[in-house]
Amino acid sequence: MTPMVRLAGVNKHFGDLHVLRDIDLEIAGGEVVVVLGPSGSGKSTLCRAINRLEPIDGGVVEIDGKELPAEGRDLAALRSDVGMVFQQFNLFAHKTILENVTLAPIKVRKVSKGEAENRARTLLDRVGIGNQASKYPAQLSGGQQQRVAIARALAMDPKVMLFDEPTSALDPEMVGEVVEVMSDLARDGMTMVVVTHEMGFARRAAHRVVFMADGEIVEDSTPDAFFQRPSSERARDFLGKILTH
Amino acid sequence: MNVLLDNLGEFGSRFLGTVELFVLSAVASLVLGTVLAAMRVSPVPAMRVAGTAYVTLLRNTPLTLVFFFFAFGFPLLEIADLSFFTLAVVSLSLYTAAFVCETVRAGITTVPPGQAEAARALGLGFGQSLSLIILPQAIRAVVPPLTSVQIALLKNTTVAAGFSVVEAGGIYQVLSERGYSTLVGLLWVALGFVILITPLTLLQRSLERRWSASSGGAVKAGAR
Repeated sequence: MTPMVRLAGVNKHFGDLHVLRDIDLEIAGGEVVVVLGPSGSGKSTLCRAINRLEPIDGGVVEIDGKELPAEGRDLAALRSDVGMVFQQFNLFAHKTILENVTLAPIKVRKVSKGEAENRARTLLDRVGIGNQASKYPAQLSGGQQQRVAIARALAMDPKVMLFDEPTSALDPEMVGEVVEVMSDLARDGMTMVVVTHEMGFARRAAHRVVFMADGEIVEDSTPDAFFQRPSSERARDFLGKILTH
Repeated sequence: MNVLLDNLGEFGSRFLGTVELFVLSAVASLVLGTVLAAMRVSPVPAMRVAGTAYVTLLRNTPLTLVFFFFAFGFPLLEIADLSFFTLAVVSLSLYTAAFVCETVRAGITTVPPGQAEAARALGLGFGQSLSLIILPQAIRAVVPPLTSVQIALLKNTTVAAGFSVVEAGGIYQVLSERGYSTLVGLLWVALGFVILITPLTLLQRSLERRWSASSGGAVKAGAR
């Protein structure tokens, strides 16, 4: 079976810094992969490289068997199949919540306005923001904004959802509501790549844990195996640091 | 008062000329300036170079020289036979567009990069990201300086009088020919410009108020 996401020999440098080193990764449809690692390990860069928001120096990125070109119309088309949720939400500040969710379906998928709005309202209800559709992003809490961001990505019926530290900018009391929406998605069979520090989500919802350090994938195993029997020194060190406090 | 009342027709037709010059040049300069700003942030190097060259040339040239070129140089090229009025609109538009471009570009830098990333991640192309997401926010951010550029344009229309275009900057000549006090006449002209510029200031305020509300500013103000 064709993997939903395939990275082969992906390399990336920031100046002298080699942030992604020969990354090979295959993710099957419906799989939930959590990417863990210390800061600076390249995990966010890996996540952003999957839809080429981060240009790469070498290697191949394929989504559902199609290679992502470096730029141009074809790249935009393939990106529309990959949902992305950012640490800073990045909702369009000058658009209402409803417009945020309907914009790309109308402009990219050419869906009619009425149809897009119906679908948007369903999605907003699903993430619990249905009654705030006419507000602007700045009028919502961080947790609410992030749930809208998830609805906005889902409105494109993506094949894969990428989450780049989706809860890192949230106040602690709002983390739960966002993790809950993500867990629902995972249960529904969405293919997900999640860069996070939420160990609870990694244990409960992930099928696989990918542990990165210094731009390399150091471990790739099940959550149980990773948390209970990490095989590398760096993973043991990392887990020791985050689990002791 | 007689200076104004006796020459009301002259004042009227000349200020009408000023308004026509301004409205046409304002629209053209806003459109061209925005296109130039888009060129200057585009991923295509040739576009960026062309945009930068345009701004460097037009912004650093005195307006009078731009007028000289179009009034006397351009006709020699025999490309098209245009009236002084049209040439004045062209000069004012091209000159002001350079300033509009730089103002809009400043606005673009105030839009957080995450906005463009989110647009690209959803599959929007460069043109769509720019026109739907970046420019609307950029222009909201620069309403006050953009208004200043347009006010400068309105006053710059008086340069056209030197090139026999019928507009308010030339009123004093008519008055002096007819034997009226040019000084008093010029005070009326000044008052005329104040009256013309007031609506621009009011427009600026209403846009600022409306757009601060739509980005959540009203909520912050209400929470105090």
